Amino acid sequence: MNALLATVRRDLLLALRRKSEVLTAVFFFVIVTSLFPLGIGPEPVLLKKIAPGILWVAALLATLLGLPRLFAADHVDGTLEQMVLSPSPLGLLVAGKILAHWLLCGLPLVLLAPVLGLQFDLDASALVILTLALLLGTPLLSLIGAIGAALTLGVRGGGVLLALLVLPLYIPALIFGAGAVEAHIAGLGAGGHLSLLAAMLALAVFFAPWATTAALRIALE
Amino acid sequence: MHWNSVAEFFAMGGYALYVWGSFGACALLMIAEPLLARRRLSEVRRSLIRERLADELELQQKSQ
Amino acid sequence: MRQSVIHWFRFASPQSFYPLAGRMIPWFWAATAAFGIAGLWISFFVAPTDAQQGEGYRIIFIHVPASWMSMFLYLVMAFWAGLGLALNTRLSGMMAQALAPTGALMAALSLWTGALWGKPMWGAWWVWDARLTSELLLLFLYLGFMALQAAIDDPRRADKAGAILALVGVVNIPIIYFSVKWWNTLHQGSTINLTKAPSMAQTMLWGMLLMALCFWMYSIAVALTRVRAIILERERHTEWVKHALE
Repeated sequence: MNALLATVRRDLLLALRRKSEVLTAVFFFVIVTSLFPLGIGPEPVLLKKIAPGILWVAALLATLLGLPRLFAADHVDGTLEQMVLSPSPLGLLVAGKILAHWLLCGLPLVLLAPVLGLQFDLDASALVILTLALLLGTPLLSLIGAIGAALTLGVRGGGVLLALLVLPLYIPALIFGAGAVEAHIAGLGAGGHLSLLAAMLALAVFFAPWATTAALRIALE
Repeated sequence: MHWNSVAEFFAMGGYALYVWGSFGACALLMIAEPLLARRRLSEVRRSLIRERLADELELQQKSQ
Repeated sequence: MRQSVIHWFRFASPQSFYPLAGRMIPWFWAATAAFGIAGLWISFFVAPTDAQQGEGYRIIFIHVPASWMSMFLYLVMAFWAGLGLALNTRLSGMMAQALAPTGALMAALSLWTGALWGKPMWGAWWVWDARLTSELLLLFLYLGFMALQAAIDDPRRADKAGAILALVGVVNIPIIYFSVKWWNTLHQGSTINLTKAPSMAQTMLWGMLLMALCFWMYSIAVALTRVRAIILERERHTEWVKHALE
């Protein structure tokens, strides 16, 4: 457990030295969501209807932005090989890196989403549901994305390839995440959607670090 | 057998575009794919045979 | 005991599989032709005109088999990929790689025929029906697998990375399918119903089965041809390849 926390602390420290990389994803999220009303028109009813989908797609793409760097820097300077050789299990260290990625790329989006939701005229209870759904969904995105990042590590054209591999796997998260807010607005209750998101998160917490570890070992062979 | 004429068969009860569009695309792709696969195989073969000939020539020159 | 194990694994080496595949391919082509002729005969001359959809429904005879094969081939591909990861056999990865383009072709055919069927029946080339959407995502999964394998130069690493991707995809396919289905019912209600006429005629089922068998045999024949090419490409520096080309 200490190894996990140490990895998280290290990645956070490294990221704080290069703030621009973290801020890029956040700015991207803000700008993309603000572009949609400009492209579609300022009609409140329509904007309210499409808000959950837009916020979720933007969050998806913003998470994707940070993924290629998840293992790349450690791969280049040889830290990753040291991790593979270290006595603490690789799965734990990988879980730490994924957690750090979520804290840097996922959590800011969750915190920003209610503010951006105001742009789309969502009411307070819908904003709560949106934040909850993103809170459950963004770790899921980081976990699935880590598998793709490990598979494309050091591969030419890695960034684009990563998007091609990971985006189809993001679809259930998108459907239930955006669906939770829509169901709430429609008065159907978001409980079912949120529990399914939580179930997928539990599944991913269990399997994704394991698959990522396997992919990393292959990449380093 | 419920087609009275060849023309009726090809007209497909007014759905000719859709039915023949589907079956035609299917036939086209299923003819093209094996041909491409076979070409890939014969290209590897040819290059391997050329490689072997080159090796043999080299051996002959060395022995002379 | 040991003897039989060795015998079973004998064909797992590319060296002995290469000539075996060459001998099997003509037989699979013959089966493809036989099932194809029988299936097409039923599709066009035996199956009656549909009461609601007229002759347009005949697309079903390639649409449904193509969809079946696209899903089935993904499972087979993942099976070979997983086997290669578990047992570290060289041939398994080559089989997975050989199957992917055929699977993608089947998915593309299923989408194309689905669009051509949708236009006269629903009045739109594309509807966000659960099955069509899942099929599109399946095509993306195939393309991702092929792109990943093409991007990695070392074939051993490409095989293993592809295997992990294929296995992750297999875990995800049911989740994707059910989420898309749920999304679909939530948004569209039941305005569009893809299900066929309630009592599908026996002859229609036979036609679909025969065409599915034809597509299956076709897939095997093409995949075997492709796997032979892959074997030669990867083993080109070995001694046996030089003698195999007499």
